[in-house]
Amino acid sequence: MPTYKTHKSDMIFTIFVYAVLTLLAVVTLLPFLQIVTLSMSPAEIVNSYGFHFIPTSFDFSGYRQVFKNDLIWTAYGNTILRTVLAVTLTLILTFLGAYPLSKKFLPHRTFWTGFVVLTMFFSGGMIPSYILIKELGLMNSIWSLILPGAVSTFLLLIVRNFIHEIPEALEESAKMDGANDIYILWRIILPLSLPVLATVALYTGVYHWNAWFDSMLYIQDEKKQVLQLVLRHIVLDGDLAASRTETGQTNVNTESMKLATLIVSILPILCVYPFLQKYFVKGTLIGSIKG
Amino acid sequence: MNQESTTAINLSGHVRNAPKKRTVWKRYLDNKYFFIMLAPVILYFIIFHYIPIYGVIIAFENFKIIKGITGSPWVGLDNFRDMFSGLYFIPVLKNTFIINFYKLLFGFPAPILLAVLLNEIRKPLFKKSVQTITYLPYFLSWIALSGIIIEFLSPSRGPVNVLLNMLGFKPIFFIASVDWFRSILVSTEIWKTVGFNAIIYLAAIAGINPELYEAADVDGISKLKKIWYITLPSISPVIVIMLILTSGQIINDDFDQIYNLLNAKVSSVGEVISTYTYTEGIQKMNYSYAAAVGLFKNVVALVVVLTANFIAKRFSNETIF
Repeated sequence: MPTYKTHKSDMIFTIFVYAVLTLLAVVTLLPFLQIVTLSMSPAEIVNSYGFHFIPTSFDFSGYRQVFKNDLIWTAYGNTILRTVLAVTLTLILTFLGAYPLSKKFLPHRTFWTGFVVLTMFFSGGMIPSYILIKELGLMNSIWSLILPGAVSTFLLLIVRNFIHEIPEALEESAKMDGANDIYILWRIILPLSLPVLATVALYTGVYHWNAWFDSMLYIQDEKKQVLQLVLRHIVLDGDLAASRTETGQTNVNTESMKLATLIVSILPILCVYPFLQKYFVKGTLIGSIKG
Repeated sequence: MNQESTTAINLSGHVRNAPKKRTVWKRYLDNKYFFIMLAPVILYFIIFHYIPIYGVIIAFENFKIIKGITGSPWVGLDNFRDMFSGLYFIPVLKNTFIINFYKLLFGFPAPILLAVLLNEIRKPLFKKSVQTITYLPYFLSWIALSGIIIEFLSPSRGPVNVLLNMLGFKPIFFIASVDWFRSILVSTEIWKTVGFNAIIYLAAIAGINPELYEAADVDGISKLKKIWYITLPSISPVIVIMLILTSGQIINDDFDQIYNLLNAKVSSVGEVISTYTYTEGIQKMNYSYAAAVGLFKNVVALVVVLTANFIAKRFSNETIF
């Protein structure tokens, strides 16, 4: 086995690489550490000067306030509902739409594909969309959050490309056994498409979990707001939602309450995202470099 | 088999094209299940994408909600004249380009660099951990992230300023400083996206033929040289395409990020087209004017993106489709 010459610069370089990446990981984590620590620290520490990366004394009153706050939990429910409905709808529509578009023999296929793809390049903009929602009578309805984004052209193309790769022989043999197109879709294509559908579900789920602007535009009723928007009110606008549940409560804990709210709102994603890596990787690849 | 028959002229001189129509109709009928599947999607795009596109007519009217689109008076290009002659639009446009340019300048190489570095790691646990950590910010909303960032950069409590103080500097109110705000936008954007964007480059690097490296080993090349002469050139097609496509976004600002970090003190350097459209259109209800701004932005974006796609196609025979 031949031994290769190693360079002294290699060792320095390797140390450099490990150092830089460690630094990057630490720098990425530091802000989170601070938030976590401050969210569970007493007011004196929160307002004190110095580094706050590790909690020195604990005070969970911020979290207690969060748990007592009905608005936050209503909003949580709204977000979950919206995400579930939207992901379901998107999965159904995207899959149903991608299958026909993957068929070479579809009449005027180029036209229909172009029809869909054009929307990626040009849109009416914020104002016409706003007016449309108003005209459709969807103001203050959860559907104003779900319907506008129901189909993403990007995801549609990913699914289409994926289905395109499925061997035609499978469909043809089913056809010979007398199956119609819908049966083929349901029994053959769908089970094979689960990986790409998982990718669609994840992209869509993350999008809807984090969405807030549409809720700000279209939902006036506070009880129907989504979590991120309520979070924004509490953290950035310094909303007095905290005082809603306990009158006379000092506002000294507001800072840790704000941060506790923040933590509570990102907790689901934090727990889930490390396991989703392979789906996002796959989806990004198919979408960006065209498989 | 040519299913589209040419028109035939019957004896009395009338053009007969019934066969063509019937054939097309029959083709649709043959594939009826497919079109039943496709119909809801098409309907969706018509309602939520094409009708708003029609709605840009508002930009050419003096739109009043009560009168509706058809009832509002036509003003032609007046709104656009107001845009370019007004005090606010040009600075906003400038901000948009400057911020996006810096994001491109610093943000584009970052994921490439990260991918190259990650590729050098031999310990899978370390590699996976760094990857998982670095794309954590990508999955969080800008609301959560801006809350974290504002806290982190706080002049009274934030560790950055504590560190500065220890080093003898005065605390800087980063978020509210016109000198620092754009840098904050750029660096936090990188913080959020670098881990995720590195995925594409990592995949490209994984596709490089290992024999190239083995040959280099035989010649005794150092790691740095291997990166420079093998890794980077091998993924240069991906880099170029990504560069062209990213440049196509030069006018598309990130409303989410900027709206959440923007504050009154820095609006002179931070206000961009999308936040301006929102303030003018939704908050001040200047629907026509804001629609004009939005239309301008979309048209420019369209031209730039199409150009970028065209160049990308010419360069590598590949587009995103």
